Amino acid sequence: MTSLSPNLPPDKQREMLRQMLTIRRFEERASDDYRAGKIYGVVHCYIGEEAVAVGVCTALDPRDRIISTHRGHGHCIAKGADLNRMMAELYGRQTGYCKGKGGSMHIADFGIGMLGANGIVAGGIAIVTGAGLAAQMEGKGGVAVSFFGDGASNAGPFHECLNIAATWKLPMLYVCENNMYAAQTAAAATHALGDVAGRAAGYGIPGVVVDGNDAFAVYQAANTAVARARAGDGPTLIECKTYRWRGHTERAGQPDPRERAEVEAWQRKDPITLLERQLREQGELDDAGLRAMEGEIIGALEAAVAFAEASPFPLPEQATNDVFAA
Amino acid sequence: MRELTYNEAAVEAIAEEMRRDPKIFYMSTDALPPLLKEFGPTRIRATPITEAALTGMGIGAAGSGFRPIVDWRQVTFSFVAMDQIVNQAAKIHYMFGGQVTFPILFRASVGGGGKVAAQHSQSPYSMFMNVAGLKMFLPSTPYDMKGLIKTAIRDNNPVISFESGRLMARKGQVPEEDYTIPLGLADVKRQGSDVTVVALAWLVHEAMAAAETLAAEGISVEVVDPRTLVPLDTATIRESVRKTGRLVIADEAGPTAGFSAEIAALATEDAATFARLKAPVKRVCALQVPIPYSPVLEDAVFPDRGRIVAGVREVLQGRGHAAAA
Repeated sequence: MTSLSPNLPPDKQREMLRQMLTIRRFEERASDDYRAGKIYGVVHCYIGEEAVAVGVCTALDPRDRIISTHRGHGHCIAKGADLNRMMAELYGRQTGYCKGKGGSMHIADFGIGMLGANGIVAGGIAIVTGAGLAAQMEGKGGVAVSFFGDGASNAGPFHECLNIAATWKLPMLYVCENNMYAAQTAAAATHALGDVAGRAAGYGIPGVVVDGNDAFAVYQAANTAVARARAGDGPTLIECKTYRWRGHTERAGQPDPRERAEVEAWQRKDPITLLERQLREQGELDDAGLRAMEGEIIGALEAAVAFAEASPFPLPEQATNDVFAA
Repeated sequence: MRELTYNEAAVEAIAEEMRRDPKIFYMSTDALPPLLKEFGPTRIRATPITEAALTGMGIGAAGSGFRPIVDWRQVTFSFVAMDQIVNQAAKIHYMFGGQVTFPILFRASVGGGGKVAAQHSQSPYSMFMNVAGLKMFLPSTPYDMKGLIKTAIRDNNPVISFESGRLMARKGQVPEEDYTIPLGLADVKRQGSDVTVVALAWLVHEAMAAAETLAAEGISVEVVDPRTLVPLDTATIRESVRKTGRLVIADEAGPTAGFSAEIAALATEDAATFARLKAPVKRVCALQVPIPYSPVLEDAVFPDRGRIVAGVREVLQGRGHAAAA
């Protein structure tokens, strides 16, 4: 089952596909370069969940603010982050978004309202709720979006923030990306409700379950929630049922308890394939158009990698910069 | 000059800054009545009892152009917000490459003496000093309180105002006119030549009383109040120790990995200061225990003027020897 085509112009719909493909190709490249030793530490891939970030961010304006998780590349790209500076950050270079201080888990671009990927599960929820409070006090109709996983929905800040956002009618979207696993532990083993969205009732706000692999369905749910938030009616909890194709991280040899058949079943529900089909059925995309889009994305990624590789590493003495602001 | 209490000085500083800058707002689990009356519930926000959420929201609002004040009230309540303090507030500016500033004032009362037992009595500033990315101060007088709070509100970083519960009602002179005190500047509260006593907050007053007692015996004590913990005014402390050659550190916290240890280290690791030391450094600290309830037990735990006097006498033992050498 697929959603109805949203009330979006064709170029916006194609832009959604372009962003989703960009996320996937970016992460495929990041994964390869991680394995090749060019990217350090840890990389968490969003592949399979692209429809959530893109569906939600399509409903946002530049004035709106979002916060992400340890699995943050998709949200950065969907909010409009620069691929060169993202890749340079993964490569640990001076030209990266964080001057090489953050890496994959901490990419932020406050200039576009991307308040950062955050390495602590549930760590960003309160921060972005503060951005929602700021938006309310600014009074210019801005909204704030918290992306988090099913694992974070069991942590205190989720509950504290839903309560305060509901009480103060903050212009917030709480978007749970339920990929069914908190690292390696199945959601069924960590909370008793089948739907995270059911928790909204406890805070007196709408809780919506949506097919998180259907970008149009996500967009429509987000659009409704954004309208509600901009009107001053308060927050919405949107639970997007989705799945991560890859392991919790790209590190080799990590346990992955998931059945192969389960992974493959979700891969057959590929959000990118679904959106492609929807666009083709509406006559908004053909083979040539898709090839051209893929070509542009690969070109942009090659350029991003070249930019990163050509960029200098930070100087050792820069380790002491930016502990405090001037 | 007029007098204000320590607490009134803090509130006056906040009110003056809020009049000056509309981006400042205040969150605490109960609204402070005088501030609420003047600024209303949008800027003086009474919140649910959710310190973690408040702290995180302060960070998000600061990163969105506001200058929030987050009042944890008692420092022990801040511990439920530790992820937001340590992983988020302290690191976010650095971790994101310094791309935006996070001007936040956190407030927390510290210390003991209230007979309220372990979960409402603690002086854990060294825990916070250990985290890179947080500035913090602990004033001993209403004058210092007002000047430091005003500076902290104008600072573009997370700054913690630790405030001594014992001193809240203590009065002191505060001028009517606007003034600020820079962070990272110690104050020599009493000049002396035989022994340096470094103390904070309530123990500054105990050290002053100890100095009076000892002056009657011809012992000249210099009392140095660092005021700011991060950044710490290392130069003033070392200069005093180089002058007197003896160092006693008084702290309402226990000694282990504490503020007192930091002061001892900064004196002894500096060759020029170490060379002038005539006696081992003496720490006069609380016992390393959770703070107990019963007055008999609580009084046994904390240092006071009597223990500072004893500490000074200890470092003066063999003074004649040292002088002769």
